[in-house]
Amino acid sequence: MISPDIIRRLQAILPPHCLLIAQEDVKPFETDGLTAFHSTPDVVALPETEDQVKAIIALCRETQTPIVFRGAGTGVSGGALPVDGAVLLAMTKFNRILSIDPLARIARVQPGVRNLAISEAAAPFSLYYAPDPSSQIACTIGGNVAENSGGVHCLKYGLTVHNILSVRVLTIDGEELVIGSEALDAPGYDLLALLTGSEGMLAVTLEISVKLLPKPERTQVVLAAFDEVEKGGAAVGAIISGGVLPAGLEMMDKLAIEAAEAYSHAGYPLDAEAILLVEVDGTQEEVSEDVMRVREILLASGATDIRTAKDEAEQKKFWAGRKAAFPAVGRLAPDYYCMDGTIPRKALPAVLKRMAELSTEYALPVANVFHAGDGNLHPLILYDANQPGEWEKAERFGADILEMCVAHGGSITGEHGVGIEKISQMCVQFGNAELQAFHGIKACFDPDGLLNPGKAVPTLHRCAEYGAMHVRSGNLPFPELPRF
Amino acid sequence: MQALQERIRTTHLPLRIRAGGTKDFYGQSLAGDILDVSAHRGIVSYEPGELVITAKCGTPLAEIETLLDEHGQMLGFEPPRFGAASSLGGTLACGFSGPRRPYSGSARDFVLGMEILDGTGQHLKFGGRVIKNVAGYDASRLMTGALGTLGVLVQASLKVLPKPQSELTLQFEMDEATALKHMNEWAGRPLPLSASAWQSGVLFLRLSGANNAVREAHAKLGGEPHLHGTEFWRLLRDHEAAFFSGDLPLWRLSLPACTPPLDLDGKQLITWGGAERWLKTNAAATEIRPRLAASGGHATLFAVGEKSVGVFHPLPAALMKYHARLKKLFDPRGILNRGRLYPDF
Repeated sequence: MISPDIIRRLQAILPPHCLLIAQEDVKPFETDGLTAFHSTPDVVALPETEDQVKAIIALCRETQTPIVFRGAGTGVSGGALPVDGAVLLAMTKFNRILSIDPLARIARVQPGVRNLAISEAAAPFSLYYAPDPSSQIACTIGGNVAENSGGVHCLKYGLTVHNILSVRVLTIDGEELVIGSEALDAPGYDLLALLTGSEGMLAVTLEISVKLLPKPERTQVVLAAFDEVEKGGAAVGAIISGGVLPAGLEMMDKLAIEAAEAYSHAGYPLDAEAILLVEVDGTQEEVSEDVMRVREILLASGATDIRTAKDEAEQKKFWAGRKAAFPAVGRLAPDYYCMDGTIPRKALPAVLKRMAELSTEYALPVANVFHAGDGNLHPLILYDANQPGEWEKAERFGADILEMCVAHGGSITGEHGVGIEKISQMCVQFGNAELQAFHGIKACFDPDGLLNPGKAVPTLHRCAEYGAMHVRSGNLPFPELPRF
Repeated sequence: MQALQERIRTTHLPLRIRAGGTKDFYGQSLAGDILDVSAHRGIVSYEPGELVITAKCGTPLAEIETLLDEHGQMLGFEPPRFGAASSLGGTLACGFSGPRRPYSGSARDFVLGMEILDGTGQHLKFGGRVIKNVAGYDASRLMTGALGTLGVLVQASLKVLPKPQSELTLQFEMDEATALKHMNEWAGRPLPLSASAWQSGVLFLRLSGANNAVREAHAKLGGEPHLHGTEFWRLLRDHEAAFFSGDLPLWRLSLPACTPPLDLDGKQLITWGGAERWLKTNAAATEIRPRLAASGGHATLFAVGEKSVGVFHPLPAALMKYHARLKKLFDPRGILNRGRLYPDF
């Protein structure tokens, strides 16, 4: 519990409307997008000026009070989960777009600006900001930087780290640093890459310069159906090795197709085991050539049905099903748990097969939507939180999936971040030496460990406990697989 | 690898990491005994359908690019080669990218994973072999461009790109200010640009993409086709073009692309759509650096010249503090490429 003295001092820094203390006021901040984890914050600070942020940071440093940063709270790994005794510092009031320079193709924004708002403001210049996480209508750019957010267009356009030029941050020492620049590089170490995706553990962002790209002249979407998931997976590899770099390349399995079709009537073929959505973009001519090549490859890969969207309306319809896949699957069960592992694409058939077996073992259905182009799986585990033991079961099922991803040479998180959710699986992906290096990096910026404590990097002690619990009778899970 | 680890563990003297040795000219100072990593070479895995290649860092770039070419793929950052022996590790340690950089990304943008030996000889594996991976701090990209001061790079995984079907280089006669304006305006339009440069009254523009796309873009933009475009960009990339010859110091100026022409003594060559400018000059660092800083850029004494002026742009004290801490973390004894980036680093 935070001390009354600190509350009093916060009251001296912030006007009353910027500080939430009453139970009913702080309760809405108990969770982020990962609602399975919640903890009521002691106090929520909503500063309006950088001076207020600096004063709060100075106070927390002096009194050794932890701080948890928060944007719109749409994160899905519990990165903004309140910590006992900490100040929850929400940056959402810093919501101004400071400048858009169409010739330089740069937008300078405050961290609380919504992702989509940047593209909307750039639209009159036929420019846009490329990373488009599915929460883009609500999520903030500051949160995107903290999580290195992705979206459905990462294969061609990259993640947040590829699309920002510089950040101005405040460290726990109260130092303001400008990292990166509006040139294409900056002298010294690449601290911009280090800070991007650091989950609020190293510094707080005050301002961000993002790259804007020209809107493609044309986009086109091709939908293909397959009678076997494996064929769909092979088609993805064939498209890419065939020389096409699609803007988006999404796959859905049967359960996801059925749910999406029932929800949004996108016209998906219900007899398919898997569908692929292939979006190509570029100039008129480029798109025409790419669509022809994609269709040929899909046909050669054994697609049972191939449709090219006739017009923009049909393109939207094709996408509507995919974009609504999460809420659609949400109707199948009281709750779902979304995972975020990545794998080399060639491992897809083996991973899906094992996932089906695990689904039977745990007696929990799983629907799969998959950023197939970049190997990012989003299995949605269906469960009922009101049934005792079901959440624990879903959590174990999820952990098994992530560990299988690592065993296949992949990662426990492609774009959602580690947060609190995947902290144990970090022990599986990394060895003690790497985890120690991560703690070392943290200590370079935050020696007292005040920023978002307990997130993103597990203690070695925790890993030892997890390992002891997890290596059942001396056997690693999936012993048949080579380890990377 | 074990021999390398052993050498790092047992040395009491600074070590100078070296593979092909083609970039000995680069950096502040070359101190220490040579730690030869050229034998640590070979492609570890490559599957065109995954768009990912993993290679040991002593592997020559030429070997990697030949293999990719056979499968219609390429390194998207078009790294320069300063000799046939240029290695993957040296390229990533220097963070060098070529003409395609403003349009497809830099060396660090394509890095997916990195294995290093830190200053105690410890083998650390960061990142991975998949395109999306946000587990742990991004230490792989931190190593890129760190000039080997944070660790000996031993293996890297990179994202690769499909090669464009066709390429065409166009030439336009225009003055510097007009060229800068056009390069920036065109970069804001959906055109298949992949390189741009200006020198002595001529703007050079490379288009890459599907056959029809390149043809249509040429029709829109006009310009005279360059008969030896491929060779032109290669000479520029590898600093073999005539501009780079001669005994004058060569400065690399990195700055916001829209910065108007820089009035500095000497001759200039503009690349990267205006964001990178090369300067052959006798002008003093004290003249050059303030001009760059005022434009939001920085200047590197790239080759030739008196290095005591400082090869790299000095960092603000607050930033230097975090650099020093990171250096101490990864190389507590300060033995790896000491002095190559900043004095005492």
